[in-house]
Amino acid sequence: MEFFTKTNIDFMGKRKLAFTFSVTLVLLAIFFFFARGLNYGIDFTGGTIVEVGYMQEADLTKIRNILVQSEFSDAIVQYYGSATDVLVRIPPHEGLNSADISNKLIELLGSTGKSIEIRKVEFVGPQVGDELKEDGGLAMIYALLGILIYVALRFQTKFSVGAIVALAHDVIITIGFFAVTQLNFDLTVLAAILAVIGYSLNDTIVVFDRIRENFHKLRKATPVEVMNISLNETLSRTIMTGVTTLLVLMALFFLGGESLHGFSLALILGIVIGTYSSVYVASPVTLALGVSKQDLMPVVKEGAELDKRP
Amino acid sequence: MNRYPAWKYIMIASIIIIGIIYSFPNIYGSDPALQISSSRGAEISELTELQVQVAFDEAGIKPESYEISPNNLLIRFKDEETQLRAQDVARNAMDRSYVVALNLAPSTPDWLRKLGAEPMFLGLDLRGGVHFLMEVDMDAAISKAEERYVSDFRSLFRENKIRYRTISRGNRGGVLVRFQNSAEQENGVRLIGKNYPEVQVDSSITESGEFHAVVTLSEQSIIETRTNALQQNIITLRKRVNELGVAEPVIQQQGDRRVVVELPGVQDTARAKDILGATATLEFRMVDDAHSVQDALDGRVPAGSKLYHDRDGQPMLLSKQVLLTGDHIIDAASGIDQTSGGPDVTITLDGKGARIFSAATRDEVGKRMAVVFIETKTETVMEEGLAVKKKENIEEVINAATIKEQLGKRFHITGLDSTQEARNLSLLLRAGALAAPIEIIEERTVGPSLGQDNIKQGYESVIIGFTLVLIFMAVYYKVFGLIANVALTLTVVLLVALMSMLQATLTMPGIAGIVLTVGMSVDANVLIFERIREEIRNRNTPHASIHAGFEKAFSSIADANITTLIAALVLFSFGTGPIKGFAVTLSLGIICSMFTAIMVTRAMINLLYGGRKLQKLMI
Repeated sequence: MEFFTKTNIDFMGKRKLAFTFSVTLVLLAIFFFFARGLNYGIDFTGGTIVEVGYMQEADLTKIRNILVQSEFSDAIVQYYGSATDVLVRIPPHEGLNSADISNKLIELLGSTGKSIEIRKVEFVGPQVGDELKEDGGLAMIYALLGILIYVALRFQTKFSVGAIVALAHDVIITIGFFAVTQLNFDLTVLAAILAVIGYSLNDTIVVFDRIRENFHKLRKATPVEVMNISLNETLSRTIMTGVTTLLVLMALFFLGGESLHGFSLALILGIVIGTYSSVYVASPVTLALGVSKQDLMPVVKEGAELDKRP
Repeated sequence: MNRYPAWKYIMIASIIIIGIIYSFPNIYGSDPALQISSSRGAEISELTELQVQVAFDEAGIKPESYEISPNNLLIRFKDEETQLRAQDVARNAMDRSYVVALNLAPSTPDWLRKLGAEPMFLGLDLRGGVHFLMEVDMDAAISKAEERYVSDFRSLFRENKIRYRTISRGNRGGVLVRFQNSAEQENGVRLIGKNYPEVQVDSSITESGEFHAVVTLSEQSIIETRTNALQQNIITLRKRVNELGVAEPVIQQQGDRRVVVELPGVQDTARAKDILGATATLEFRMVDDAHSVQDALDGRVPAGSKLYHDRDGQPMLLSKQVLLTGDHIIDAASGIDQTSGGPDVTITLDGKGARIFSAATRDEVGKRMAVVFIETKTETVMEEGLAVKKKENIEEVINAATIKEQLGKRFHITGLDSTQEARNLSLLLRAGALAAPIEIIEERTVGPSLGQDNIKQGYESVIIGFTLVLIFMAVYYKVFGLIANVALTLTVVLLVALMSMLQATLTMPGIAGIVLTVGMSVDANVLIFERIREEIRNRNTPHASIHAGFEKAFSSIADANITTLIAALVLFSFGTGPIKGFAVTLSLGIICSMFTAIMVTRAMINLLYGGRKLQKLMI
């Protein structure tokens, strides 16, 4: 079976449209990031999460009423995955340590009269949260830097910039999505975003590889033509890999349980955007920087070839 | 063309066989088991086994097997019910120098175990348990060290007849010594320098006839003090964890002031936290029966006394003078009091403590003595957006009893509410007072049912995702798709084998990493196959197409995987706990998939098509 036998889509011709689209999305993402902020998980803010399982369907109103009258009036109560599972989230509390909070909370939840079972307790101290935030930001920067250097060495600086712009584009839009939806942004989502960086780059590199090859092969073609041909040649692979990865992520999203929802959602979104950006962002940026055949002819190699001539 | 030399086939086959063998232990389940070990590092002998066997026979419990190793005795059971019953029986039968812990023992067959093949280590989010990150209060460690210098200097000066006004801890750290005159100051400073080369003495600050010396700890000794505080805490934590009865606990230093404690299978986190987090000391004081408690409650506390409360909140007047403090205690054991039949704690003192105590209680026979339990909790509270540490002392009279005779090296405390309380108290006392307070700054508890759910959900998503990819690849690439599917299966097998060999911990994010590997690892094959199709479209012969396909796709595969590996490595070095698990499976997955996609697929294609004349490829 083949879906894309011989395509001849003028990707680069639509680069102005794609540019407008991308810039709009990025600006929107940045706007929402600053206007609404992220709904950080307790990994970053500190606080306590308790997940309990009830034998029967849990009565959220009743639980909320009990908590409102207690010292945890700022608790957020919600169903988690099913109607028998309840998640209670409490911001950091003055004068209470982890043991106090979780023990008191469990006592309160038990006082609804129904038997409960503790499924999960997470407490993160404020000092840990700040560190994780810092480490997370640093991780993102180091990942991008490492990749920048690798691509610059393997290809050329213009490609490197193209790849990094595409990655930043993916990361910003994915984070923006979490700002718009106010979905919980925790450590696993951060891990997913770093995995998106890996994946999106994977895609971009494959395209670049082909562009480099075609610059050598099609000596008379203009850069725009070379890029269009390369994108068309790799299109089938781009789609195939995207589809298989999305297939497993769908499985993870629907079957992997509540704790991996944010993670799989970030990856699904990131992979869709990453696929788009490796076609419509990475290559046009490289083109805009004025990439040409000469950029891809290493000086040393040329010298070596000359030597071989009789 | 398209043939590998024999050694390549042999190498690939060996790697696959090793992979299959080492991934094999994971398909066996685990048995509920009891793990009996010595809390004091004593060897487990045949005798121990016999002792347990007798107790089980009496209780009518039939274990599946006994396995003895120098460090522990592992007893397997048919089901969890028997396991729990056996735990009670074993706890009663063994004295408290043994730790009886519940465990899940992998039921790996003997022949695999002889090869050193073990299943993957399941993380806390899959097997249930508690994870604590604890931080040592280093300021307290330093101030304790300074307090020690204060008393050391006092005796040093007394011995050498140097007169001083006061010695105390300075407001801004260090120890402040105030001398009578400049001659004493000079001698004192010289003496300190000679006896304590590790400190820095500054005697330049003199104001209005005062002769001062400020003693501060050198950089080196501050570092030493901190290291010691951390090490001592780790040792104490290890002791306490041992006595909690946990199989396979993890107690590990993290950074220069933190300790990670992981207790698989522990459910009663409140008790675990109480035992791990608190510092408990005892003080022995005489009860002041000469004055009225009511007067004291009204605010007229006698000069030599202090008002305390007992466990039920009843007020009690105690002498301000401490007979003895907890640091002289070398052992404390819970048991049953011979006379009353209630729970008691037997305390053993060191030589110095015994001397002090025996002198102090000689004239007090017939009077009442109280035991004050002082618990120090440190907690971080938020003040104006900043995390501030607050220390709280909870002082409580746990027992007041009449001294029946002059007390010496060993004596009992009675009047405790339950055996559980006696056990906890003795445990805390025995483990000794902590060098510096320690605080839980992160906790992650996963209940057993959630762990089970996580395993189930993780397993299902791997299987379903895997199957979907298999179907998709077979439909899209036909014979080559099937080859890619074999390679994909081997990727997962090798990944599991590698994880098992490294004894890496499998967590829920780790499973997510495996799922993602399944989705992404076909990428290499897709790249190769698409290339082969292109070559065929360019009217190359099938053999030339296969060859060129592999050749040309290689640089893309390498570049793409190396960059993903960079991201995974960054994730590994910055991530904590669960994120590390994801990074580990992702990195190992990339390595495995590169091997299978390039080497194994090629080998299979070579075996299938190599040396044959081909008209058409099924791709």
